[in-house]
Amino acid sequence: MKRILATAIALALGCAALASNVHASPLPAGWACTPATCGAPEGKPIVEQLLPPPQVPARITRRYPAKVIVNLEAREVVGTLADGVKYDFYTFNGTVPGPMIRVRVGDTVEIRLKNAHSDHMPHNIDLHAVMGTGGGAADSIVIPGHEGAFEFKALHAGFFVYHCAMAPAAVHIANGMYGAIMVEPADGLPRVDKEFYVMQGEFYTPGAYMQPGLQPLDMKKLLDEQPTYVVFNGRVGSLTGDHALRAREGQTVRFFFANGGPNLTSSFHMIGGIWNTVWPWGGSNEDHNVQTISVPPGGTVIADMKLVVPGTFMLVDHAAVRMFNKGALGQLVVSGPEQPMLYRALWNRPFPPASAMPTAATSAH
Amino acid sequence: MLRTLTGLLMLLAALVPWPARADAAAARFVTVPGGHFVSSLLDGTRTVTVRVAPFAMMEKPVTEAQFAAFLRAHPEWQRGRIAPLFAGPNYLAGWLTPTDPGDAQAARRPVTAVSWFTARAYCDSLHAELPSWYQWEYAAAASSSSRDARAGMIRRNAILAALMRATGQRPGLIGQRPANVYGLRDLNRLIWEWVSDYGAMFPDVNGDVGSAGSGSVLRLCGGAALAFRDPSDYALAERVAALSMLAPADSSPFVGFRCVRNLGDAP
Repeated sequence: MKRILATAIALALGCAALASNVHASPLPAGWACTPATCGAPEGKPIVEQLLPPPQVPARITRRYPAKVIVNLEAREVVGTLADGVKYDFYTFNGTVPGPMIRVRVGDTVEIRLKNAHSDHMPHNIDLHAVMGTGGGAADSIVIPGHEGAFEFKALHAGFFVYHCAMAPAAVHIANGMYGAIMVEPADGLPRVDKEFYVMQGEFYTPGAYMQPGLQPLDMKKLLDEQPTYVVFNGRVGSLTGDHALRAREGQTVRFFFANGGPNLTSSFHMIGGIWNTVWPWGGSNEDHNVQTISVPPGGTVIADMKLVVPGTFMLVDHAAVRMFNKGALGQLVVSGPEQPMLYRALWNRPFPPASAMPTAATSAH
Repeated sequence: MLRTLTGLLMLLAALVPWPARADAAAARFVTVPGGHFVSSLLDGTRTVTVRVAPFAMMEKPVTEAQFAAFLRAHPEWQRGRIAPLFAGPNYLAGWLTPTDPGDAQAARRPVTAVSWFTARAYCDSLHAELPSWYQWEYAAAASSSSRDARAGMIRRNAILAALMRATGQRPGLIGQRPANVYGLRDLNRLIWEWVSDYGAMFPDVNGDVGSAGSGSVLRLCGGAALAFRDPSDYALAERVAALSMLAPADSSPFVGFRCVRNLGDAP
């Protein structure tokens, strides 16, 4: 009896500790639903304006919960994986990643999914922003030529991955069928000058890296988790050369960075920069002065950087083989005047080899 | 309610022979010897060993030309005349007219975008039927050199690649690859094929048989791995997913069929 009482007391104390922990670390204001932010939808339903990556939908200035309609279409398309290399992609709306969705915490979101008549496979969508069976996957399965819809309340602010979850999900994801959704906190994120949407993913082909022609999915490589390509936004070179991202010195840029996987964790890094502010895992906590961020498959980060010097900055997965040999490389070109107080070259010149040094000079000390 | 109605119709379809006359159009049936065989689909969590009785199966999938001939002989199955409960709006949607596929290769291209009901009616007109999943799986396990080539990774990869490569295109032509050891062609790489009992392929978690088109366990992405003896056989998983999501009146641009006869059935 004594023991039971002791156990009960311990349990009660444990629960109290748990409860107090919860209360001790409340979410930052606006990151969770409150009665004030999560009432019934107001105003007219809003049809989400969807843009191809790396474009980001406009920040939300609205301060009331709305009904938001998102029109997605599953499309199986032959596209470019690298110059001269084609691939049979599975996509949302024809791009890898699918368009970024942006809503506000407390919004009621209606996801409409069509499956193109020319497709072969059934498809669906699992949004990590959803609290509900399968993230919507179970209720959005559509065969080619069909359309379906489901609705959810965006209870939690954060930046979340969405992806096709149709069996075999690894194949659908490996073929590029993913995207991301930002559920903004009630008062929005801090303002920045430019926003970009970048999503990493791997591709598994029988042909070696850059081997030309139409490449199918290599099942063996997929099972072994040994990709041929690790790329940003669905292809080698999506963010380099003519497609490089651009900004000006003095601006603060924000990356909505997500990882579709299917298998590799990204070590997201900007060569020549330090992230001033990141929201690791795409959640509500802020961290500062971060060099490299782990972003797991099915995970995200929001990362801000104030650009203080000009130059070309490389966006990479710092797992170095992936950036050098598999395509995980993008460019941010920053224009503006040099800032020698912050960064400057000093010298680069020959110096005498050690054997030419007078030995007496060292022994004199 | 709709699901109940559909189930009733499937039951009716199974009981009532459609008024039909044979239109063989050179459909050749090949004898497949019986045998024991382990299905790639689990029954719940159990591995299933199936005893397959000998049967005869069409050497090739039904072609567009063969199906067009059937439609001319049986106008009640033509697009525009067929009851919507037996075929949805996508039934033969790509055809030029209700009886003309508008395809110069119609004699070599497998017919697709047909519903389960119409596929079944076609087979019935040949005094045949759709194969069961186990019959199809047993026949398709064979390669040109082996009766069960399923474990081969190279073959699996090639099948998956062939199905993927067809993205956005019409199915390819029949007969471009060698026949398997039984003399059957194009079971794996060309299209997906209706089977008679596809609606029962996935028992629900509680043990009930899922209704056709419900997809049952496939509705959850991770859970789908539980349905397969070898979850890494992606080509098979794609096929099963593609079929199990269809309601019997649905048609899909990549799903065709072929027929079987149990040996001893009247030709």
